[in-house]
Amino acid sequence: MADLSVNFAGIKSPNPFWLASAPPTNMGSMVERAFDAGWGGAVWKTLGEPIVNVCSRLAALDNGATRMIGLNNIELITDRPLDVNLKEIYECKKKYPNNAVIVSLMVESKREAWHEIVKRAQDTGADGFELNFGCPHGMSERGMGAAMGQVPEYTCMVTEWVKEVSNLPVIVKLTPNVTNIIPPGRAATKGGADALSLINTINSVMGVDIDTMIPYPNVNGMTAHGGYCGTAVKPIALNMVSELARDAEINIPISGIGGINTWRDAVEFLLLGASNVQVCTAVMHYGYRIVEDMIDGLNNYLDEKGFASVNDIIGKSVNRVTDWGNLDLKYKTVARVNFDSCIRCNLCHIACEDGAHQCIDFTEIDGLRFPIVDEPECVGCNLCYLVCPAPGAISMVRLDDGSESISWRELTSKQPATMTGD
Amino acid sequence: MSLIHDSPINIEQIERNFREIAPPLNEAEAVLESNRCLYCYDAPCIHACPTHIDVPSFIKKIASGNLLGSARVIFDANPIGATCARVCPVDVLCEGACVEKTLMDAPIQIGRLQRYATDYAMRNEKEIFKAGAPNGKSVGIIGSGPAGLSCATYLARLGYKVAIFDKKSLPGGLDTYGMAEYKMSQTVSVEEAKQVAKLGVEFKLNTEIGRDVSFEELQNQHDALFLGIGLGATNRLNVSGENLNGVIDALDFIEQIKTRDWRRVPLGKTVAVVGAGNTAIDAVTQAKRLGAERVLMIYRRTEKDISAYAYEYELAKKDAVEFVWQTAPIEIVGDNSVSALRCQKTDGSNQIFDIPCDMVIKAIGQQKQHSFFESVAGVATDEKGRVVVNELMQTSNPKIFAGGDCVNGGAEAVDASQMGKLAAQGIHSTLTGEQVKFAGFS
Ligand SMILES: Cc1cc2nc3c(=O)[nH]c(=O)nc-3n(C[C@H](O)[C@H](O)[C@H](O)COP(=O)(O)OP(=O)(O)OC[C@H]3O[C@@H](n4cnc5c(N)ncnc54)[C@H](O)[C@@H]3O)c2cc1C
Ligand SMILES: Cc1cc2nc3c(=O)[nH]c(=O)nc-3n(C[C@H](O)[C@H](O)[C@H](O)COP(=O)(O)O)c2cc1C
Ligand code: SF4
Ligand code: SF4
Ligand code: SF4
Repeated sequence: MADLSVNFAGIKSPNPFWLASAPPTNMGSMVERAFDAGWGGAVWKTLGEPIVNVCSRLAALDNGATRMIGLNNIELITDRPLDVNLKEIYECKKKYPNNAVIVSLMVESKREAWHEIVKRAQDTGADGFELNFGCPHGMSERGMGAAMGQVPEYTCMVTEWVKEVSNLPVIVKLTPNVTNIIPPGRAATKGGADALSLINTINSVMGVDIDTMIPYPNVNGMTAHGGYCGTAVKPIALNMVSELARDAEINIPISGIGGINTWRDAVEFLLLGASNVQVCTAVMHYGYRIVEDMIDGLNNYLDEKGFASVNDIIGKSVNRVTDWGNLDLKYKTVARVNFDSCIRCNLCHIACEDGAHQCIDFTEIDGLRFPIVDEPECVGCNLCYLVCPAPGAISMVRLDDGSESISWRELTSKQPATMTGD
Repeated sequence: MSLIHDSPINIEQIERNFREIAPPLNEAEAVLESNRCLYCYDAPCIHACPTHIDVPSFIKKIASGNLLGSARVIFDANPIGATCARVCPVDVLCEGACVEKTLMDAPIQIGRLQRYATDYAMRNEKEIFKAGAPNGKSVGIIGSGPAGLSCATYLARLGYKVAIFDKKSLPGGLDTYGMAEYKMSQTVSVEEAKQVAKLGVEFKLNTEIGRDVSFEELQNQHDALFLGIGLGATNRLNVSGENLNGVIDALDFIEQIKTRDWRRVPLGKTVAVVGAGNTAIDAVTQAKRLGAERVLMIYRRTEKDISAYAYEYELAKKDAVEFVWQTAPIEIVGDNSVSALRCQKTDGSNQIFDIPCDMVIKAIGQQKQHSFFESVAGVATDEKGRVVVNELMQTSNPKIFAGGDCVNGGAEAVDASQMGKLAAQGIHSTLTGEQVKFAGFS
C-alpha cells in the first residue's frame, strides 16, 4: 500500500482528495460525514456577507441517457450566519484533527472587510484559507468573486491584504473565465499566496426549454448565466493546471479542481502538476461514498506502477506539455485497421471521408467489406481512432524511426524567409 | 451403470452444445454495462444478494478501471464470487431487483460483470486477501463445498489454522461436481479453492470423515468444527425396476458430464427424467445437449407447480424437452435394462400407460445425511432432517457449527457461502468472545 498522505503548502491531509467549496461542505454535520467516508480534506462553503439565494439554482447537460455530464449553478456563497459556520468549523476541526479543514472566504473589496473576516476565521483552528476569486455569477455583479480574479491587480492586492493578517497558508482560487490563466496566477503568487486552486466554474447558459422558451434554470420565467462544472469541464481545468505548473515564475503548489469523478481523473491532475485535488459535482451526484474507490483505485495504481508515495507522481507529465512550436514535425503515425476486431460499422470511413483526409477505402476479405487505410495519404490525425467503437480495431502506428526530429521553431529559425505562417 | 449409447451427434457438436450460456463480457461490453449502472444508493441489488455484495461499488470500480479493487469487493463478501458469477439464479436475486429492470426491463448484467472482475483477478493471480496473524486456534471443516470454502476463508483471514476434509478428489463440493456444464466447468471452482489454499488452509481430499478419519479424532485436534457436508444421494423412487441398467441418479449423471469425457457419459436414445426441480432441468437440458433423441420430464403435478425457476424451465422448453404433467412413475419396466417407464395419471383418471425409453434419470430431490448427524457427529436435526443451528450457526454441540445445504435443506451456492461466513463469525465469537462483522453485514 502506497503512502497517500500529502502536505499541501504546509497543510497535511491523509490523502489528496478534498471536497471543493460547494454544497457538500455547507455545514459541520456534512463535512464530518464526508471525513467519515474517507475525504482527506474539505474546503468549507464560501463564507462572507449575508446573501439570499434564488430558487431554482441548478441545471444540467445530459449526454443521451447519461445524466449530468455538466452542471450549471446560480447559487451564491453560504446563506448561513457567519458565527454559526465558524463555530461548526471549530468543532469539526477539533473532532477531526488529521483532516484538512480550509475556510473559503469572499467579502467586498475593502481591506478592513478582509482583515476582519480573516481574523475571525483563523481562531477556528482551521488549517488554511481559500480566497474565492472565482465565482462567476451573482457575486461578480457585486464586484466580488470572478470580478477580482479577472483583474490581476485586484488578485494581487486582495491576496496581500489577507497575507497581512493571516497566520495560516493562503490558497487563491482562480476563475477560468479569463483569456490567459498565467497573469492571475502570477498576480496571486506576487501577492504572497501560498498555493493556487483552480478551476472555479465557467460562465454558461445551460439550455432553453424550447416549448416555454425559458432558459434553464428557471427563476420565475428568467435565468441568469451560471457557473459550469462537472465531467465536461475537466479538459479545460487540466489545461489551466498544466499552464500554471509549467510557468517558471509560479512555484507554489496547485490544487486541481474541475470534473474529477474517479481516481483516474485525479491521477491525471496530479501528473499535470496538481499536488492535490478537489471535487464537487461528482459528490453532488453520487455522494461522499465515491471517495472510497478514489483511494482504493489510486492505491492499486501506485502499487501496480511501483510508486511508494502519491508524491512521486506529482508533476510527472508537466514536461510533456510544451508549446506547439516545439512539437516534432518528423513524428509520423498512421491509422491501421485490425480486421479481427473491426465490427464493420464504417464510422471511421465516413469520419475520414467527410471530416478528415479521404484516406479510408474498402477492401474485401472472405466476402466481407472492411475499411482499409491508404497509409501514404493518412495524416495521422487520430479521428478514425477516436470514433471507432470497437476496442483495438484501429491502432495508430508509428512509421518514422525516431532518428530525425525538427520542430516548427527550429525550422523557422533556420529558414525564416520561407516560413511565414508563425 | 453400463449403458453407454453412442451419441448420434459428433464431439464437436457436443462441445458446441455445452458452450457457456453466459459467455464472458469483452472489454467494450464491460465498459458499456458498468457505466450503465446507476450506482444506486442503498441499492436493491445489494439487498437481493444473499451475501450482500456491494454491487454498485464493484461495478463502479470496473467503470473506473480498478479491477483489482472490484474483485476484492466481491470476494470480501463472497469467497466463491467467481463461481456465483456463473451459477447464481440472478433473475430471482440481484438482477431481479435491479432498478434498471424496473425502469426498462433491462437489468444490469451483474453476474457477468462480477465474472469480468473476478476473472481479471484470478487470471492475473492477484493476491486478494492475506491470512491473519496466527491466533493459535484451529478449526476443522468437513466438506469443501461453498459453505466450507467460505467459512475457511474468513477464519484464515482472522488467523485461524484451518483444515478442510472432503471425501472427493477435487475441492468445491457441488460447485465442482454438480453445476450444469454450460454454466460453469470444474476449473473455476477448483481455482477458487486454490485461492483459499493460498491463505494457508490445508486441504485433505479423498478423506471421508466417519470412515477414513473418525469424527472424534477431528474433535480432538481442533478447537471447533464446521459441518458443510451438503446433502446425500438423490431420493429413491421406491418402485420396482429401480436397479435396472439405465436407471441413474441425476447427480451421478451430471458428475459424469463434468469430466467432459463425452463418450463415457451414459446416455439413452429416449431419456425420461423424473422430477421438476432445477436439478431435473439440468438433467433434461444436458441429456438433450449430449444428443439424446427424445427427452421427457415427468412430473406428478401441473406445470404451475414446478419448483424450477421460470428461466430454467424456459431453457428446457428451448431445448425441445417434452413435458408430461400430472404423471407419477409406478414401475420401471425391463429385463436387464430399462425398456419403459410405467406411469399413472394423477389427474383423477388414474390411467396407466407406458413411456417407452431406455434411460430413466431420478431427480426428485436429495436425501438428508441423517445417519451422519445422528450417529457420527451427534448433533440435533429437525423433523426434515436438517441440522438445527442458532444465529451463530452453532449446532446442539457448542463446539460444532454447520451451514449450507445440510442446514437449509438445499438452496443455492450463494446461500451456502453466506452461511459459511456467518459460521466464521459465530466460531470467532464463541472461541474468543470477540465480535467481527465481515462484508455484507451492517
Ligand atoms: C444438480 C445441481 C445443480 C445445482 N445448480 C446450482 C446452480 O446452478 N446455482 C446455484 O447457486 N446452486 C446450484 N445448486 C445448489 C448448490 O450446489 C448447493 O446449494 C451448494 O453446493 C451447497 O453447498 P454446501 O457447501 O452446503 O454443500 P456441497 O456443495 O454439497 O458440498 C458438500 C461437500 O461435503 C463433502 N462431504 C460430505 N460428507 C462428507 C464426509 N463425511 N467427509 C468428508 N467430506 C464429506 C462432499 O464431498 C462435498 O464436497 C445445484 C445443486 C445441484 C444438486
Ligand atoms: C452548486 C455549486 C456551488 C458552488 N459554490 C461555490 C462556492 O461557494 N465557493 C467556491 O469557491 N466554489 C463554489 N463552487 C465551485 C466548486 O467549488 C468547483 O470549483 C467547481 O464546481 C468545479 O469542480 P467540479 O467539476 O468537481 O464540480 C460551487 C459549485 C457548485 C456546483
Ligand atoms: S434535491 Fe433536495 S433540496 Fe433539491 S429540490 Fe430535490 S428535495 Fe429539494
Ligand atoms: S470505426 Fe472501427 S469498427 Fe467501425 S469500421 Fe472502422 S475500424 Fe471497423
Ligand atoms: S440496482 Fe442495478 S443500477 Fe442500481 S446499483 Fe444495482 S446494478 Fe446498478
